[in-house]
Amino acid sequence: MTEQLDAGLVGRQIAESDQLGDPKDGREVGRARRRKEDARLITGRTTWTDNIQLPGMLYVAFLRSPIAHARITRVDASAARARPGVVAALTGRDFADEQGSLPCAWPVSEDVVIPDHPPMASDEVRYVGEAVACVVATDRYKAVDALEAIEVDYEPLEAVLDMTEALAEGSPKVHEAGNQAFTWKFSGGDAEAAFRDAPVVIDRTYVQQRLIPTAMEPRAVVATTDGGSFTVYSATQIPHILRVMLALTTGIPEHRLRVIAPDVGGGFGSKLQVTAEEVLCLLLTRRLGKPVKWTESRSEGNLTVHHGRDQIQKISLAAERDGRIRGVRVDLLADMGAYLMLVTPGIPLLGAFMYNGIYKMDAYDFRCTGVFTTKMPTDAYRGAGRPEATFAIERTVDELAHELGMDPLEVRRRNWITHQEFPYATIAGLTYDSGNYEAATDRAMALLGYDKLRAEQADRRDRRDPVQLGIGVSTYTEMCGLAPSRVLGSLSYGAGGWEHAAVRVLPTGKVEVVTGSSAHGQGHETAWSQIAADALGVPFEDVSVLHGDTAIAPQGMDTYGSRSLVVGGIAVLRACEKVKAKAAELAAHLLEASPDDVEFSTGTFAVRGTSEGKTIQELALAAFAAHDLPEGFEPRLDAEVTFDPENFSFPHGTHLCAAEVDTETGMVRIRSYVAVDDVGHVVNPLIVEGQVHGGIAQGIAQALFEEAVYDSDGNLLTTTMADYLIPSAADLPDFVTDRTETPAASNPLGVKGVGEAGTIASTPAVVNAIVDALRPYGVNDVPMPCTPERVWRTLAGAAPPGSTAAGRGGAGESEGGER
Amino acid sequence: MPRITVTVDGITYEEEVEPRLLLVHLLRDRLGKTGTPVGCDTGNCGACTVMLDGKSVKSCSVLAAQADECDVVTIEGLGRAGELHPMQQAFHAEHALQCGYCTPGMIMAAIDLLRDTPDPSDEAIREGLEGNLCRCTGYSNIVRAVRRGAREMSGETPAPATGGEVRTS
Repeated sequence: MTEQLDAGLVGRQIAESDQLGDPKDGREVGRARRRKEDARLITGRTTWTDNIQLPGMLYVAFLRSPIAHARITRVDASAARARPGVVAALTGRDFADEQGSLPCAWPVSEDVVIPDHPPMASDEVRYVGEAVACVVATDRYKAVDALEAIEVDYEPLEAVLDMTEALAEGSPKVHEAGNQAFTWKFSGGDAEAAFRDAPVVIDRTYVQQRLIPTAMEPRAVVATTDGGSFTVYSATQIPHILRVMLALTTGIPEHRLRVIAPDVGGGFGSKLQVTAEEVLCLLLTRRLGKPVKWTESRSEGNLTVHHGRDQIQKISLAAERDGRIRGVRVDLLADMGAYLMLVTPGIPLLGAFMYNGIYKMDAYDFRCTGVFTTKMPTDAYRGAGRPEATFAIERTVDELAHELGMDPLEVRRRNWITHQEFPYATIAGLTYDSGNYEAATDRAMALLGYDKLRAEQADRRDRRDPVQLGIGVSTYTEMCGLAPSRVLGSLSYGAGGWEHAAVRVLPTGKVEVVTGSSAHGQGHETAWSQIAADALGVPFEDVSVLHGDTAIAPQGMDTYGSRSLVVGGIAVLRACEKVKAKAAELAAHLLEASPDDVEFSTGTFAVRGTSEGKTIQELALAAFAAHDLPEGFEPRLDAEVTFDPENFSFPHGTHLCAAEVDTETGMVRIRSYVAVDDVGHVVNPLIVEGQVHGGIAQGIAQALFEEAVYDSDGNLLTTTMADYLIPSAADLPDFVTDRTETPAASNPLGVKGVGEAGTIASTPAVVNAIVDALRPYGVNDVPMPCTPERVWRTLAGAAPPGSTAAGRGGAGESEGGER
Repeated sequence: MPRITVTVDGITYEEEVEPRLLLVHLLRDRLGKTGTPVGCDTGNCGACTVMLDGKSVKSCSVLAAQADECDVVTIEGLGRAGELHPMQQAFHAEHALQCGYCTPGMIMAAIDLLRDTPDPSDEAIREGLEGNLCRCTGYSNIVRAVRRGAREMSGETPAPATGGEVRTS
């Protein structure tokens, strides 16, 4: 018989292997610590939301619209109520007085239209999958069974699927107010002048296909009440924001609401949301007085977890004949889907400041129109606006290079901000604080063997090899560390971008770090422990990190936008410094010395020039006992900090992809992939590398595999993992990664953030490689995802099949040339 | 209702099950074996992989009734005498997990892969784990972990964990 795992023994094995990290001068920050989180994850002792069982728990199943757009003329749930085990069967009408409207926290413009978004539809459905009724039963099978007994009559309305058609006169309307959700403009410099008489103008249209984020853990919600207060467990990235929003949406007072994000199995932006199911489960537990649980199936998730991307980008670039960029114009259509969810309209605008990339130019002009369609709403997906922007500029710069007959890296060198020029105020109004594009690029070229591959490419072209080689370049930067609150305010965002941390040195000298960040795979328990261990001079093992529960970590702005280290981690550091200042004051008092004479080193406060000292553990006990404290000194050694960053941070890097394209079959094989990223100083290189790997994989997936496909009636066709292809190990290459390091100037750790970098960088690197391989065939674009069929059809000169009606810009649609 | 006898992680259970009850739901909802998660409904993701009489199966694609008289090992039953299984240790050492949701199934599939191919090439590892999807890691570290686990299981001394800077496989 297998014996049960012994927690102590497992802990010791984990601790022993944690020593594998290479210590740098005894400091924790910078060390490749193995993760604290792993112990429970590799042994199955996890608390996923669906694992939670409470006495008397009931199970919820939702009936969802099978039609993209329809008026609901009748819903009858009475037969379902008679089914065995069914406790309740409810329709949108039953929730009408209490369900409110799902929030949009980012009213981006004066003209924004924010339609009413009831969590459960009662009059009209606007996308396939919208909930129209629910069953609550004693087990999950019975709940699903009883959905069959609910009758719904629909009066079909016209689906609205194509953004351009949606904006045309006479289009059927998604909402009464029309299909335009907002318009938004931004400009820097004089674009008119930059384009007037420009020797070279490149015009392109790129389609950012709709993606499904596909975190491995499906969403789940558990809601319970004791009659007066409510607890919601949810697979969410944002327990704090969710608490505020649930209070505002349902009217349940905020102080009676507790939100817990237990172990959360990935998010990638998809769990940065206030969902219909969260609101409805909360209302159900209030109505029934019993704990309720809902866990989505994957098919349900593909239909109703918000989607990402889905933009049509028209980009124009004006340049001199020597390759110098004069200006860029961008005109964007962004598919909102049927409603504006938490930050839906803001997503394309997060890219608005990034279409200039790492380049100097005289003028930049950006406009965006948000469009309603009868599809699942879009919202944040890894990178959120910035991958789209990076794709457009990096693809277009490659087009410029081709137009001028230059090497794509040479064109970039002529335009990028040189390392001596930082801090640099960009044409888009941001100040890039630091970077060294030259260093990252040189390193990437060396690792790839750039020149040798170019020679092989030339040889294959000469030989007319049916398998052509392409080299794709992506020199990206991104704005992350969301965000300075005043900037968010100026962009009409509904909240700030600060983060909170509390640090408590307990009477026994152990340390609790409480963070408002809400990790779901990022390794904060490990990284925050490293930061606190260094700052307080305590062992890494003596720090525990608490998060993800509004009763335990009451303040926070949660985890998204590569913000956690840059904002949350700095908050932890600041709180440690506050604790240290307090400890120094107490040490001076106990040592009868002037505070100015007390020095701190590796956990001990000593009087300068003497061996007399107090350890932080001794001081914690003294502060707890409180018998002998300085005048006005509050007992306990703890501190709280709310930190608001002054600037974004700007990671950057150079990604190079070598791809072989079989011109006979259209098959693309990535032969090698090199990523050199500059994410500033690094707290844990192991975690950073893991983030880069995963990010690259998701970016490659957009380039080659993934697309949410709707048919001409608005039915989602990619509802399972058999239809929506997230890559397996066999589909991806190994990655060669390295780092260059220019510290961020905007924070004391010099860190920049790494969660989204790989995804932002890799998509254009891959597509640039494919197009580069096919240049001799007259190809200047392949629409994503670059499946064998799309590549083959592009080569055959045929238009790829328009699986969604949105104009699939292929080779034929773009044009470039001299003016 | 069919009555089944099934051994899970060394404990024998007698259960009455609906014919349609999935093994993964028996494990999770009835036996409290929540270490095995569900990631999809279609047998594509492999998060729910367990050993059934020594071979890996996706427990969302097996009926509980089919497990009658069978021996099931889940991630919670791996490792003996309070020690981690070498593959668990290898996943930790190589940072082969982030959110950890796919990890139980990935570890079970990796162990099964080594049963057939004790010393697999990287390509064989990638092909062999094709039925287990991970959204976080990009798989590079999973491949390293399986290699490391293979070495440890064959009794070789593992190389020091790689970490940090330039890494190619």
